[in-house]
Amino acid sequence: MTLLMPLLMVALSFVPLWLSTLNDGVVKNIAVIDNTGIYAPLLKSTDLYRFQIINDAQQGEYQSKIGKDLFAILQITEDLSRNSQAVTILSEKQTPQELRTMVESALNEKVMEQRLDDLSRQGNVNAEAISEVRSIIEAGSDISVKTMKWGDDGTVSESSTEIATIIGMVFTILIYMFILMYGNMVMQAVLEEKKSRVVEVMVSSVKPVNLLVGKITGIGLVGITQLIIWGVLTGVLFTSLSLFIASPQQAPGAVPAEMSSFDTEGIMKAVLSVNWFEIIVYFLLFFVGGYILYASIFAMFASAVDSEEDTSQFMMPVTLIIMFAFFAGFYSVGNPDGPLAFWGSLIPFTSPIVMMVRLPFGIPLWEKLLSLVLLYGTFILISFFAAKIYRVGILMYGKKPSVKEMIKWVKYK
Amino acid sequence: MYLETTNVVKQYANHLALNKVSIRVPKGTVFGLLGPNGAGKTTLIRIITRITAPDSGEVLINGRPSKSDDVFNIGYLPEERGLYKKMKVGEQAMYLAQLRGLSKADAHRELMVWFRRFDIANWYNRKVEELSKGMQQKVQFISTVIHNPDLLIFDEPFSGFDPVNAEMIKNEMLRLKAEGKTIILSTHNMESVEALCDNIALIHRSQVVLQGKVFDIRREHRTNIFRFRLRDSDFSFEHPSFTLVSKEPYHEFTDIRVRKQPEVATNELAKLIFDKFDVVAYDEEIPTMNDVFIETVSS
Repeated sequence: MTLLMPLLMVALSFVPLWLSTLNDGVVKNIAVIDNTGIYAPLLKSTDLYRFQIINDAQQGEYQSKIGKDLFAILQITEDLSRNSQAVTILSEKQTPQELRTMVESALNEKVMEQRLDDLSRQGNVNAEAISEVRSIIEAGSDISVKTMKWGDDGTVSESSTEIATIIGMVFTILIYMFILMYGNMVMQAVLEEKKSRVVEVMVSSVKPVNLLVGKITGIGLVGITQLIIWGVLTGVLFTSLSLFIASPQQAPGAVPAEMSSFDTEGIMKAVLSVNWFEIIVYFLLFFVGGYILYASIFAMFASAVDSEEDTSQFMMPVTLIIMFAFFAGFYSVGNPDGPLAFWGSLIPFTSPIVMMVRLPFGIPLWEKLLSLVLLYGTFILISFFAAKIYRVGILMYGKKPSVKEMIKWVKYK
Repeated sequence: MYLETTNVVKQYANHLALNKVSIRVPKGTVFGLLGPNGAGKTTLIRIITRITAPDSGEVLINGRPSKSDDVFNIGYLPEERGLYKKMKVGEQAMYLAQLRGLSKADAHRELMVWFRRFDIANWYNRKVEELSKGMQQKVQFISTVIHNPDLLIFDEPFSGFDPVNAEMIKNEMLRLKAEGKTIILSTHNMESVEALCDNIALIHRSQVVLQGKVFDIRREHRTNIFRFRLRDSDFSFEHPSFTLVSKEPYHEFTDIRVRKQPEVATNELAKLIFDKFDVVAYDEEIPTMNDVFIETVSS
């Protein structure tokens, strides 16, 4: 174990990274409308994305295909060297960061070239021109692709890949933290009751199963209470902040000059365009499922041993799975529809964590429902066995049992 | 019979913890559950308290099979016992009492009665971790009896108590018995068995090897040894009715122990000795429970 540990740690961070680079074999078609005709040929198709040049007239026809065999429409309306904002991706799902980066870097390169060409066309190169070259190179990456979402009701709204990514990451970290934290709290509580031997007094009045269910429910509710407090505070803070920024005239001087150069209003808009209600409902559903699943496992192992030191052998694999899920979630952000993200969000042991990354990018309802059904089914099954083992384990002292012995306990009357 | 178990069997992975154990506990008596460590006493108690279920056999309470509600009518003080360390004494006792079906008001009233009886009313707001082991034991004893159950099970109740407090617990047990409660006492302290128990069952290697009234059992184990204290300086007397077991001086007296032949009447033996010696005292040596225990377990 001592020698394997570093190997495991490395594997843990690299395996999901490698898995995230696999593509799902489904090529995403992207229609390109380039009114300038300069940029479209630069977009090279890859294994994952195929670019297809269409003209303005076809736009309507292609728009109706979005979400079916077309992933997105990329529209460039003006010469980007003059207006760096004139590029938009319209898609049904949230545009993955990966695609955006790819498009931006291709465009950036061309725009830089264009600007340098313009400069050289002006004739003699003087000091002024050199400083301009410098600024062109510095500004090299000012192309920013606007991403638009094609809503269910046919409306088009501005969306933000960054916001989706940030929200996904925040919720992933939250759910990972809470599952681990409150799962551990359950483990500590079980251990403490066993160590202090109060458990024998307790089970002479209540059924062990009720004791376990009560403990998991109680600690779970503490978790949810804490989440609600955090949620409400964040909401209040955000709302007051957005009000403050949205009306700078009313509070002159309060907003520093540099702040206004940010597109704060745009960010606010994008944040508000996120379907918070859906995300929070799913977050709670997945938190409850994931928490009960892991808390049952933690309680099961804690009940079987006498002291904290003995738990490590059993806890290690469980912790590794949770950490794997965390890394898988982390790396899925760039490609939230890839196979790692897809399977990670379906398999019950990783789904609560990985699903959080995918939610803001918009995924089909059936995937969410299937994932929930699998998760809840698994926790019912696992907690059934956990309760059986817990019932026997809390009254067993002495030798640390093997997994084989614990399986035998399930059959005890 | 208040409590009966009939042919209770419990099998764990690699060993048989109880092998057809049947005990009978009459109402309003103290029943000693004896046996060496690992004999299966705790398992039997856990079956009676419905913590675990037997593989086969039954537990009868008042003649009918026990049901889950019966736990409210049992007070169980486990051998390995503890309390929630961070909780306050009063809160914890209240919690345990309510867990056993008492209303808040009843629990509080009962608790106060017991706290006053044990003279610990001023502990109510102290944390358990601040108490000494003996003090914790008192709280545990109270939370065992607070819901006024008809069946009380004490597993090694005297461990951790000083002699004064042990005596107090002993008196409480006798008082509970006088109130008509049925008590099961599991202990290795044979003196307290003799002092408290009406009946006992001795479990050895997962089986009941001895069961009955304490005095009957002791009498059954008598070895026909009689003790005489003589005012004589020596004892040299041989007779086919008895054999001398031991002889030692005690101050100005001589103590002798003789084993009489089973067919010889006690009176005859006494007459023989009384005729020849100046007898100050004499009695039959009835084995203590300690002797019975050791003899039964080591044979």
